[in-house]
Amino acid sequence: MDFNYLTTIIFLPVVGAILIAFIPGLSDRLIKRLAALFTFVPLALSIYLFTIFDRVAGGIQFEEKLSWIPAINAHYHLGVDGLSLPLVILMAFLGFLVVLISWKIDLRPREYFAWLLLLETSILGVFCSLDLLLFFLFWEIEVIPMYFLISIWGTGRKEYSAIKYVVYTLFGSAMMLAGILSLYFATGSLSMVDIAQGGMAMVQSIMPVTAIFFLLLVGFAVKLPVFPLHTWLPDAHTDAPTAVSVVLAGALLKMGGYGMIRLCVSIFPQVAQQYAPLLVAFAVVSVLYGAAVTLRQTDLKRLIAYSSISHMGYVLLGIFALGRVSLTGATLQMFSHGVITGLLFAMAGLVMHNAGERNLSKLGGLVRQMPIIAVIFSVAGLGALGLPTTSGFAAEFLVFVGSFSSTAVAGIQVYTILGVLGIVITAGYILWMLQRVFYGPALKQFDKAKDADILERGYIFAFVAVIMLVGIYPAILTDVIKAGIMPVMGLLGG
Amino acid sequence: MLNFELLIPELTLAGVAIIVILLDLVVTRKGLLPVVSIAGVVVAAGFTIAMWGSSSQALFNNMMAVDKFALFFKLLFLVIAALVILASTDYVSKFARFQGEYYALVLLSALGMMLMAATAELISIYIALELTSISLYVLVGFLKDPKSTEASLKYLLLGAVASAVLLFGMALVFGFTGQTQLGEIAQAIQGMSLAGVLDSPGLILGMVLMVAGFGFKIAAVPFHMWVPDVYEGAPTPITAYLSVASKAAGFAIILRVFYSAFGLPSWLSLDWGLVFAVLAAIGMTLGNIIAIPQTNIKRMLGYSSIAQAGYLMVGLAVVGFSSAAEVVGRSSLLFFLASYALTNLGAFTAIIAISNKVDSDLIQDYSGMGKRAPLLALALTLCLISLIGMPPAAGFMAKFYIFSGAVQHDLLWLVIIAVINSVISAYYYLRVVKVMWLGKPASEGKVLSSGALRLALSLSCLGVLLLGIIPGYIMKLAEMAAKMFAF
Repeated sequence: MDFNYLTTIIFLPVVGAILIAFIPGLSDRLIKRLAALFTFVPLALSIYLFTIFDRVAGGIQFEEKLSWIPAINAHYHLGVDGLSLPLVILMAFLGFLVVLISWKIDLRPREYFAWLLLLETSILGVFCSLDLLLFFLFWEIEVIPMYFLISIWGTGRKEYSAIKYVVYTLFGSAMMLAGILSLYFATGSLSMVDIAQGGMAMVQSIMPVTAIFFLLLVGFAVKLPVFPLHTWLPDAHTDAPTAVSVVLAGALLKMGGYGMIRLCVSIFPQVAQQYAPLLVAFAVVSVLYGAAVTLRQTDLKRLIAYSSISHMGYVLLGIFALGRVSLTGATLQMFSHGVITGLLFAMAGLVMHNAGERNLSKLGGLVRQMPIIAVIFSVAGLGALGLPTTSGFAAEFLVFVGSFSSTAVAGIQVYTILGVLGIVITAGYILWMLQRVFYGPALKQFDKAKDADILERGYIFAFVAVIMLVGIYPAILTDVIKAGIMPVMGLLGG
Repeated sequence: MLNFELLIPELTLAGVAIIVILLDLVVTRKGLLPVVSIAGVVVAAGFTIAMWGSSSQALFNNMMAVDKFALFFKLLFLVIAALVILASTDYVSKFARFQGEYYALVLLSALGMMLMAATAELISIYIALELTSISLYVLVGFLKDPKSTEASLKYLLLGAVASAVLLFGMALVFGFTGQTQLGEIAQAIQGMSLAGVLDSPGLILGMVLMVAGFGFKIAAVPFHMWVPDVYEGAPTPITAYLSVASKAAGFAIILRVFYSAFGLPSWLSLDWGLVFAVLAAIGMTLGNIIAIPQTNIKRMLGYSSIAQAGYLMVGLAVVGFSSAAEVVGRSSLLFFLASYALTNLGAFTAIIAISNKVDSDLIQDYSGMGKRAPLLALALTLCLISLIGMPPAAGFMAKFYIFSGAVQHDLLWLVIIAVINSVISAYYYLRVVKVMWLGKPASEGKVLSSGALRLALSLSCLGVLLLGIIPGYIMKLAEMAAKMFAF
């Protein structure tokens, strides 16, 4: 490969960020256009990669490998496989759209877009890194932009939420760092590929393998988040600006699920099998607890935030059911949740912006003032509750079928049935929310509320197009994902 | 053998220090003094670099070792001295008198530290240490206001006690081994049987007292009590100097003494390795927790430096646990010291620039700095992120490197304590960041800084980023330097 696609995709946003931050005298308009340009090109490139990705051969493609720090055997090693490519596209897609979503930001736009672009680089880097140190480096870089984005441009108790986010994340990554160091010591390598191929054979040392597994897992579980490590999420989501909520729910949480498959399951298949029943139980608790708490939220953004906990529970269920179909479903669910919840947050942001209110008990009848928003919000909501023809259906169906038929975990059927109950509760809160916001008698104070303008219509239709495309023809993604799951299954011996 | 050419960097520095004092008497344009001082440092650094290629040699009947380990530290001290002098120019130009003495003392203490890195014999260790310390006592009190004087007196009294303790420890070690040269001490100890060493509690006591004496220099818990007051009272460039150079010199000498003299037999090194591991755990936890409520940024960085000494001692513990041939403990310690030096110097330079304008060291007065001085605030943010140990700054690589050594020697418990400590530290470092970027500016006035300060700040920030993103080269140097001269 002559052209370094992945490096270009990852670092274009940060180049944009540096230009925006340091070129003096840029007008706000120009800053936004630059940001759009430097996120659009990665999106276009990642879609191009998607089209030329060799689905039959599978494996890691577009690999780039350079020696980075010889002293500790670290490499600048990038590459994507069927597992990470959909997530790269997801992040590139959201990265471009959040710039459009942020078009109306006028508080310190220079810093805002610089941080936003840096955030995109770090998340893309996480999905493309095949070296543990590089992976961790990108993983950590994300914290600082998030801190600034929430605490400066957020609302409500933004500073509290921001520092809570940072402390939780750093705690998780601190555990992960200990895990990575142990792994490095046990194998003498930082290459994810080598360690996964060497499997447990390489990890035969005095170090208890289970301890490494759980150190890594804690880092990912904080991010996913898994009950009971989830409490940062509602605060961070609720107080973050709309665009950041979209990235947070859309792509950042996926770093957790991705890490679990890439490191925990691929490197420690036996340990994963041993503890799968426990983790599946945690998944079901996350699903049911998240859904139940969502039911009683009165704040629009908080409601969507809690629903994420429940939906990411399906991801955890799919991963630790350890079946081929369930893992495919979990990966698809990550993509699907990214787009659907991204859209939900974007719509919630529009409602808040145009109606000036986010308390569900004070909203109502908005379908008259904002018919387009009402329709699209409903589509997103139906996607979240898994209606056929949306990507949510395809993903959750695969997770449930895959988990139910999985042979890796005893009694998985019971857990799966319990998990399916989450769908029912989801239907309850989604429909209740839509009804409270859009239906009922028209309220006088919202008479002046506007519908989506042309730019907003543009990006919300882009979301809907992706949701429907994946919903109607899921094979467009599952073909790729399967190519990524096959090697994992090989390790699991299935 | 009297190979004086091996001492050229030191002789240069001593000469320049004298020239600066004399020059101060005759020239009226005091701006010349820092220029001459820095030129001298650069020349000395040039000589040091030129010596890198030659093989290790001993000097004056094995009293000094000119090995890559010593050269690495010498270079580090020279870089630190140059940056400190650059950062001092504004500050010192306000003094009515004694400008020449200030620069000369900085140079002399750097000279002391360079000797400390090279000495391999107890008495010369003590002399080098005192040369450094006495220069620093004077520098701390240079402002002559009540706080600075109090700081200087405290530093002097506690420092004198520490020196006495150290000397007593050395005397005991000498008494039981009959030697002052580190290599010969090592041979004497290896000549004793296990029972013989156990029967000489005085030898162990001597080692413990030496740990206490050096512990004072590196601000390790429980010998850290002087740190916050002295850091707060001293002129800020000197605080920066103390926090990095004095600490690095302390670690250099500890590494040399404990590795050369007490490195074998292995059960002995395991024992002091464990002592350092426990001190490390206590140090970082205590430093980080007490740093949280601080309102003065210099005090906060004082406690932070105690915590950083804790992380560094993780490296010492690793040295104790590893075999003689293994370099990862020592090289990671060297790398950590280099990255810590650049980071802390950057942070203090930014603080000097800001306090020149707002005339306060209170964190609350940094409010809105992001607006008033965006580049300064950005630089300080980068340095604080590096102190937390987050990428892409040098602090991350340094921690990764030092912890990876610890994990290899079954110190996972220590690593877990250390990483949790990093999370705690994020809280107070980010508080400063928060005040700078989120707070309302106290006034609209821009905070301007002089060219020298900007140069010092950009150099250190560049270093921080370089060591954070492409650390390979410096790590290789550290690895080469870690192979110490064996007597």
